[in-house]
Amino acid sequence: MSTELTERILQHLDNTDQVDTLDLATLFAVDHQKIVGALKSIQAHGELVNATTVTHKSLELTEEGRHVALSSSHEATVYANVPEGGIEQQVLLQVSGNPNAKVGFSKAMANGWILVDKSEKPPLVKRKVPTIVDTVKELLNQVAQGKTDLPANTVADFKKRKLLQETTIKSFVLTKGPEFATSLTKLETDLTVEMLANGLWQQLKFKSYNFDALGAPPTRGHLHPLLKVRTEFRQIFLEMGFSEMPTNNYVESSFWNFDALFQPQQHPARDAHDTFFINHPAKSHKFPQEYLERVKSVHSKGGYGSMGYGYDWKIEEAQKNLLRTHTTAVSARMLFKLANQEGGFKPAKYFSIDKVFRNETLDATHLAEFHQVEGVIADVGLTLGDLIGTLYEFFRKLGITQLEFKPAYNPYTEPSMEIFCYHPGLAKWIEVGNSGVFRPEMLLPMGLPENVNVIAWGLSLERPTMIKYGINNIRDLVGPKVDLKMVEDGPICRLDHA
Amino acid sequence: MPTIGVKRDLLFEALGKKYTDDEFQELCFAFGLELDEVTTEKQMLTKEQGDVAAAADASEEIIYRIDIPANRYDLLCLEGLVTGLLVFQGKVKPPKFEFLAPAQRQVLKIDPSTAQIRPHAVAAVLRNVTFTQESYTSFIDLQDKLHQNICRKRTLVAIGTHDLDTIKGPFSYEALAPEQIKFVPLNQTQELNGIQLMDFYATHAQLKQYLPIIRDSPVYPVIYDANRVLLSLPPIIKGDHSKISLKTKNVFIECTATDLTKAKVVLDTIVCLFSEHCAKKFTVEPCDVVQPDGSVVSYPELAVREERISVKRANAYIGIDEPASKLADMLTRMYLEARVDGDSLVVKIPPTRHDVIHACDVYEDIAIAFGYNNIKKSLPAFMQIAKQFPLNKLTEQLREQVAQAGFTEALTFTLCSRDDIGRKLNKTIESLPAVHIGNPKTLEFQVVRTTLLPGLLKTLVANRKMPLPLKLFEISDAVVADEKTEVGARNERRLCAVNCNKTAGFEVVHGLLDRAMQLLSVPWKTANVDQGYYLESTEDASYFPGRCANIMYDNVVIGKIGVLHPTVLQAFELTTPCSVVEFTIEPFV
Repeated sequence: MSTELTERILQHLDNTDQVDTLDLATLFAVDHQKIVGALKSIQAHGELVNATTVTHKSLELTEEGRHVALSSSHEATVYANVPEGGIEQQVLLQVSGNPNAKVGFSKAMANGWILVDKSEKPPLVKRKVPTIVDTVKELLNQVAQGKTDLPANTVADFKKRKLLQETTIKSFVLTKGPEFATSLTKLETDLTVEMLANGLWQQLKFKSYNFDALGAPPTRGHLHPLLKVRTEFRQIFLEMGFSEMPTNNYVESSFWNFDALFQPQQHPARDAHDTFFINHPAKSHKFPQEYLERVKSVHSKGGYGSMGYGYDWKIEEAQKNLLRTHTTAVSARMLFKLANQEGGFKPAKYFSIDKVFRNETLDATHLAEFHQVEGVIADVGLTLGDLIGTLYEFFRKLGITQLEFKPAYNPYTEPSMEIFCYHPGLAKWIEVGNSGVFRPEMLLPMGLPENVNVIAWGLSLERPTMIKYGINNIRDLVGPKVDLKMVEDGPICRLDHA
Repeated sequence: MPTIGVKRDLLFEALGKKYTDDEFQELCFAFGLELDEVTTEKQMLTKEQGDVAAAADASEEIIYRIDIPANRYDLLCLEGLVTGLLVFQGKVKPPKFEFLAPAQRQVLKIDPSTAQIRPHAVAAVLRNVTFTQESYTSFIDLQDKLHQNICRKRTLVAIGTHDLDTIKGPFSYEALAPEQIKFVPLNQTQELNGIQLMDFYATHAQLKQYLPIIRDSPVYPVIYDANRVLLSLPPIIKGDHSKISLKTKNVFIECTATDLTKAKVVLDTIVCLFSEHCAKKFTVEPCDVVQPDGSVVSYPELAVREERISVKRANAYIGIDEPASKLADMLTRMYLEARVDGDSLVVKIPPTRHDVIHACDVYEDIAIAFGYNNIKKSLPAFMQIAKQFPLNKLTEQLREQVAQAGFTEALTFTLCSRDDIGRKLNKTIESLPAVHIGNPKTLEFQVVRTTLLPGLLKTLVANRKMPLPLKLFEISDAVVADEKTEVGARNERRLCAVNCNKTAGFEVVHGLLDRAMQLLSVPWKTANVDQGYYLESTEDASYFPGRCANIMYDNVVIGKIGVLHPTVLQAFELTTPCSVVEFTIEPFV
């Protein structure tokens, strides 16, 4: 059908110099849009025709306008309803019936067709002139028959009265183009095996590509954005020579999660408000006994140069199982191993990135579980300066060069430093992590040599990811509510790439 | 981390200098504090309680809300904060505390009966105190901050402060049956006994949280004076009789405790910070506390401990190289007076600095005084050949491959409800080796997942608007209870994938399993191949009958594959069929 139409247009143009598509629509008795469609497909075949855009403005009656053209204008209706002896205004409006009676009344007044005789009680509406000419109706009828050159103010008035509407129609004036022909050669959309085999590609015409359109999306799977960041962090640690700790143990005893870290048993973090305790399996029973005794002693009585906390340390408290609140519980296990391995202590650099759990109040930036990124270095004579230097190198790899350190308190590190970085996008300093030197009360009971210092730092994986990708609600990043479209559309993770 | 609110103008007056907000923030930062918020009482009331009516009359004086490190009890009120900052700036010397020697000391006798409930007590007296409205409020606020923090919401220590001129020693600390105790509680007019008291305060906004500490005990702790006037029923409330007011001159302070060390710290802290308001500044009148065994201990201790630290070690710990005298100056600015003694420093730890328990605490104060941001950066000298954790390495490699196979990665919660792994999967929770959380705040966190499946199904539901097919996967840990392990549970690294489409498409997840096995160099076990994986038909309530198989590897079940049962789909509110594969990857490490 449309092929037929394109040929009809071309044949028509063959016999004439130029034609407007609107005229073609009338001539062929088809919708103008179809003519335009056919024109587009002609143009897709090359420069067969030249098309110049022209704009036609035309007037068209509205529903109300058509009604007036058929019957009479509202004012004429009102006039007609005024009897010889006059009529009360209210009655007149009622008699005139239609919702436009009020408009008709005021127009009739303005036209000087009627008057209100206030000498009568009650005042009466009377005719002022014996006859009228309903120009509104006449003009509308002319428009209905195709008249377009009404005076501008009349058009404006009628438009305001919602009797008329102006419509703009775009059409094209066609002339023969440089490649004019009366029929279309079929354009090929794609190069095929057959065309290559029989050499047909040399003769065929190919449809031009629309380079403004997007390509077909490749079928593929996608990695989760947060885990792409995890991969990047792993990579950074590996580049820096850190070995990965085995953190695949979410259930931990209070002993390794807290006591081993010299975190006293009355510490608020050990409160049920902050930590998920396990009631099945509720308790741990296997501990390195000698080490446990040393931990008990340093908490309750001190030792290793420490005053201790001076309280009654209870094994029952240490046995309580929980969901680890930090991966530092694993670091403690690793350091204990390091101290007690065959051949004695050797320097080590460890990292881990894994889930930790807090029984916290949830909000837009806190979930009950999140990923902790942790780095630990143990060696003879490490200094706070080594920690600061390492942190600069680490954060440089995340694309962060400006750091500041704030004194802080943490039960198992001393000195402790909060890490702040300057975020150029947010134009402010933001806290990005915690760091410190593990306390001797934590290290020495493990059996590490006295001159060994252990420096460590930690941060969450979610926070830098949210800042990097401008995500405000953590549930948009983690958990089942995540929008898979976001997962699909996410870029590769290059933390050091602005 | 506790936060205290202090009036800015009072603070600046006491500091003897006006700061801009930024300048003050910088001072805080260097000292290890954080200016959390600049606000007014009016703003706080409006913001916290939405109470616009109450806020209308509230003050518009600027208040600084400052975060204090959890171990610095000495900074929990304006008095302590100002002294700390002035000493830090080198503007004043750390105060020295002295004992008064009264003709007769106040005596607090601990009755052996208290051993059942709250065995320790300490006491002290501040003489000739002049309270202003501001210092009175500060005194009350400090007790509250101490109660909330070091006192662990009064469980460890409870503080009572009394107008000494309204009561008469010796005082007696004992434990009595609740019905025997009768008194008028603070700011009340009606006399109550111990049982009535519990009912009376059961709905009290602040006090109800402390009731459980003693409620079910057969005896309640009480302190009486010589005339059997009740001073305190710790840790709940004081008596009205001895309450302090702006007019109070002599203050009797008692702390009852389950942790004696903390009680001493609390008492030291209060007297150190508020002896500033005594006519003779920084003086304290000690009390004799008679122990149940008859021995007498004098409190407060106000002990000044000496710690000897090596200059070399201190420098080396931080990574600086400062002469001993400089280190001593720095420490003095941190409230720790130090003198050089050869190649050591002798550091005096005052009773305000109970947080200093080891040389490393002294090192930290040197580092703070030196300025963390002035320390020279260095790097550890040793090198190490790094090693990945093999299970994580395999996980990383498989994630990449499964995504390449057209599956999209989900990241779901490890914690879930009992229903998620039980009822919704047509299982009974009792039949599962699940780890149960004892104190979940919501139903979302009752158990640790034993399967990755519920998380993936929830992700599907949340993404119903996405075009089908939806193919999701996750490689992560499930946790199973296992008595053979050290803590009674172990993680298990699983690969789980679902295909969600107009038809169940078992072959899609089956194809993924085949691909994964191919990548792991595990052959399909046939008549000719001994070692390998194969499927063995099984029935599982989560799966459609006849459409479920065990995944076998080395003749051991490593997972399941199948078409989900329609009732499972329904339970997760899914309307499209799903096929699932889930297996542990640990045998392949």
